[in-house]
Parts: sequence; structure tokens; C-alpha cells
Amino acid sequence: MEDKKIILLSCGSFDRGFLKKISGEVEAIFNYQTVTEECHLDLSPYYNPTRRQYDGDRLLHQIPAFTNSEYYKLIGLFRVDLYIPILTYIFGQAILGRDCAVASVYRLRNELYGLKQDEELLLSRTVKEVIHELGHTFGLIHCHSTTCVMRSSTYVEDIDLKEAKFCRQCRSQLELQQ
Amino acid sequence: MADKISILIVDDEESVRDSLYNWFIEDGYSVECAENAKKALQMLEEKEFDIILADIKMPGMDGMEMHRRIRSLNRDSIVIIMTAFASVDTAVQALKDGAFDYITKPFDPDDLSHLIRNAAAQISLKSENEALKRRVTTLENVDDLIGRSEAIQNVLKQVENVAQSNSSVIITGESGTGKELVARAIHANSPRRYFPLISVHCGALTESLLESELFGHEKGAFTGATFNRKGRFEMADGGTIFLDEIATISPKMQIELLRVLETKSFVRVGGNKEITSDFRVICATNRDLTSMVKSGTFREDLYYRLNVVNITIPPLRERVDDIPLLVNHFIGKYCTSMSRDLITIEPAALRHLERFEFPGNVRELENMIERAIVIGNGKEIKLKDLPMGKEVADTSVESLDEMEKRHIEQILAKYDWNVSRSARALNVDRVTLYNKIRKYDLKQKE
Repeated sequence: MEDKKIILLSCGSFDRGFLKKISGEVEAIFNYQTVTEECHLDLSPYYNPTRRQYDGDRLLHQIPAFTNSEYYKLIGLFRVDLYIPILTYIFGQAILGRDCAVASVYRLRNELYGLKQDEELLLSRTVKEVIHELGHTFGLIHCHSTTCVMRSSTYVEDIDLKEAKFCRQCRSQLELQQ
Repeated sequence: MADKISILIVDDEESVRDSLYNWFIEDGYSVECAENAKKALQMLEEKEFDIILADIKMPGMDGMEMHRRIRSLNRDSIVIIMTAFASVDTAVQALKDGAFDYITKPFDPDDLSHLIRNAAAQISLKSENEALKRRVTTLENVDDLIGRSEAIQNVLKQVENVAQSNSSVIITGESGTGKELVARAIHANSPRRYFPLISVHCGALTESLLESELFGHEKGAFTGATFNRKGRFEMADGGTIFLDEIATISPKMQIELLRVLETKSFVRVGGNKEITSDFRVICATNRDLTSMVKSGTFREDLYYRLNVVNITIPPLRERVDDIPLLVNHFIGKYCTSMSRDLITIEPAALRHLERFEFPGNVRELENMIERAIVIGNGKEIKLKDLPMGKEVADTSVESLDEMEKRHIEQILAKYDWNVSRSARALNVDRVTLYNKIRKYDLKQKE
């Protein structure tokens, strides 16, 4: 395993077991040590009362300041509803080929859509979303393969259709980047 | 496809530019940003973008004005207008000005993805369409104008030169030299090629019919005019009208034609509404128009109006070198259309073709080859398969008796050895025919 480290930064109240499962999946797929950190963050400066959402762009740019640890890649996981100025909502956001990303479980929850709570499904969706955004930090763009984790998802059902792994092409591109 | 498409984002808000930039970059598009319309227009002068996403409200020049300027630059970019202030009026105006679509900020992620996918599909269709048009142009090329001789090469050069212009053309040449083919080649290589080529054979129509044919007629204009009918000039709008055998039109029609050529407008027979049509005229004749002008049978002003460019097609006897090429071309053409294997031509037959005068020019040669393929043995065109070859064979060696014997044999074969019918066909009685059969020892083939 590589020495470089991926940090999964918990920016909200998450069950430790939930975070551990996510970091385990991330570690397995990227082959980098993946650690979980918690940060107690005042999110009010990022709140937009008109939209009743949190500015994902600003959080993405600020997130390096939320940890003192060294990292190779950093992803902040939120419970709140994130947006960027041009879109009504986002599941997550990353800067292509850079080291930071954010993701939110807010719109991954079944309850939001009037369905029965399903923790297993939430975990599965979160894992895919985290891997997807981290994939962007490794320079991967959206993939047209139906089951590849890098496929673009605008609805939660799209996330359910894909798998928590890279297709062969994205995998080889990832290996090149690594 | 995505990695080929370039997007320019024009918005005065940095956060919007950054968000869109990140969103599209993740989709694999090539993305650039401009903070105002002025900078965007500068960028457009240096580079083409497939899609431009422009905010409608920007300080200085707004997105709508920028869109109009982009159109005036004659750029093919797809423009999508963005705004935070949704209003039906601005949406309608944007679409009227030719914007591809209109989207209100903030967008639903799925809407944005769909919008860009649709725009990308349009770009792809457009490039596919252009590629197909290029293919069609190649197919419509001067393929049927065959020949390596200097004379035909000069004609091809003239076709190429004149095709791009809008000038009237007179094509002269003997009957069967391919005047209509030249007209088609000019049209097919001209900017008018996506519009119709309308042919009118002036010689085949009476004056009144030609008038109705060219200008159209209104219902009730004459007996039998039971409905309105568009004329050929109207049908040729945007394209080319080919007037074959122009020398045959009457003096009255010459005046009418001159007026139409000068004004590009006319009135249907029995109508009173002036109709305008944008067409190019190509004429053809096998007569000498200059001598007709001198003798006063063809109007001088019309002649000069039509004769901006003159292309003369040489007769086939003046380009004998092209005969082998033409023969092979017609063999290929007819064997393909008759679903037969390609055949060859025996050297003696080809030599005879090269010596023949061909008063009917290429058309006559084409008919000869078609006939030879139909009646031949399916492997090789022989001298006897050609009309003049048969003449040569018949007159050179056969005696009168041999000729009589062969003729009787053919008639008997034709009537399946029915002696009564064969005798009637030969205009002899049955006894005479029996005697001839005995004399020449003719027997029915099994």
C-alpha cells in the first residue's frame, strides 16, 4: 500500500461504524491508507437563507483549513444540503485533478423521497459518491459506462444503477495518475 | 464525442463561471471562461467554440446583444442564454434571435446535462450532415462526363470554373454529345446544388404549352386549367433551370423569356400576381445561335443575356481517343443495371467503333453498347453484335444463296418451324418453302 493518505473528514454527526465502512471501501479501491477525521465546524457562514442550502463551492475551497493533518487527498462528508450557484443541488463536488472534494448524504437518504429509511442503501450510495468525487481528484472525468462509478449521476436512482468500482478504462487511467 | 466539444462560459459572476467550469470539465468538455461579453467576443475572433453559455444580465453588453454580435460574426456556435430572472419575454426574444435554448439559474443538474447533451447531439448531427453533403457532392460530380481527350478536359475545366458563378450559360454541341450532362454537372457543383435542377425541353412543346409550363397557370386560365399550377421558373427557385433546345422557342416566347431573365419575376398564365424566383439559367442548343441572330430568327438581346458563358461540347468523332473509355464506362453501367458479370469487347469491334463517324455522338455509342450487351453472348462484345459490324460481316463474304439460307433459317426458328406461318412471313407459298428447305438441307435444331 502507498504511504500517501486519504482523509475522510466527517463534517457532521455520523455513526463511526458508517464512516469506517466508507473508509474501508475507499482504501480498498484506491489502495491508499484512508483515515477518518472528525471536525466540528460552524456551517452558518456557508448557509444561504434564500436557498436554504449550503454553498458547496465555498466549502470545497475552505475544506483544507479544516484539518491539520497531511494528506494526499481530502474529502469532506456533510449531512447538509449542498448547492453550487448554478445548480439546484449537488451530491458532491471536486476540482478535477486537485486534492479536495466534498460530498453530502443529504440527498442520498431514502426519507427525502418519502421512502422508508434504508441504512444499507445509504451506505452504498455514500460509498459510490465518495469514490466518484475522489476519482475526479485523480483527474478522472465522467464515464459513459453504465456501471462505472465515474458515471455522471443527477438523480439518486442513477447512483443505485452504478457499482462502487471503476470500469477497466477508468481503472487504467487511475493507475496512470497514481 | 464529449472531449471534442468546446464550451465558452460568459458570466460576470466568478462563482458561476467556476461552478460551470468544474461541472463541464468533469464531463470531459474543453471549457474556457470570459467575465464579460467584450472579452468573449475577443476570444471568439481568435477561436471557435461549439457551445456558448451566456448570462443575460452582464454589465456593459448584455447576453442578448452579445448573441446578436456572435450571429453577425457568422459563427456557428450554439448559444444558450442563462439568466437568474426568468421571464417569458426574454426567453421568446432569445429564441427569436436564434438562441438554441434558454435556461434559468439555478439549473436542475439533470436539465443542464440534458441541455448540453442535446446541443452536443445537434453539433454531431451538423457535422454528420456536412460530411454527407460532401459525400453527395462527390457522388454528383462529373462522373458521367468521361474522357481524357484535351477537348473534353477543356469542357470539364469550364464546368468547374463556371459552376461557382451565377452566370447564364449556353451549352452548344451536336445532338447526343451530352449537353444535359454538362448542365447537370454545372448545377451539381454550384452553390445551388441543394435546390432543384428543373429541365424543360422547349422543342417538345407548343408555344402556349411552353408558356404554361414555364410560368405556370391559374385555375380557369384556359380550357382544362382545372387547378393552379406552379411553373418551372417557380419550381426552380433557389436552383437552376435548364432550357434544352432553346433555339426552337417562338419570337413571342423569346420576349417573355428576356423579360423574366431581366426581372426574375413573372405572372402565371391567367393570373395577376407577380411572382419572383431566384434561379440560374442554363440553355442548350445544337443550332448555331449566332447565325440565327444574324438572320433575325433569334433575338440578339436574349442571345447576349443567355450567352454570358458558352461551353461547346465537341462531337465524338473529334475525340476518338475517348471511345475506349466511354465503351468501358457503358459496359460497366449496363452490366451493373442488368445484374450481369462485366464483359469485355473484342479488339476488332473496338477498332470499328473508333473508325465510325457517330452522327448521334455519345448517345448513339451508348445505345450500341446497351444493345450489344442485350443480344451478345454475355462474355464479350463481338463485331457482329454491333449494327455496323453486322453490315460489314454481311456484305463482305456471304453469297446470295447463303444469305437466303440464313434468312429462311431465322424465319423458321422464329415461328418454331411452323411452315405455313413461316411461308406467310416470307411471302411465298408452302411448296416453295418446302423446296427451299430441301435445297438447303435445313433441319430443325433439337
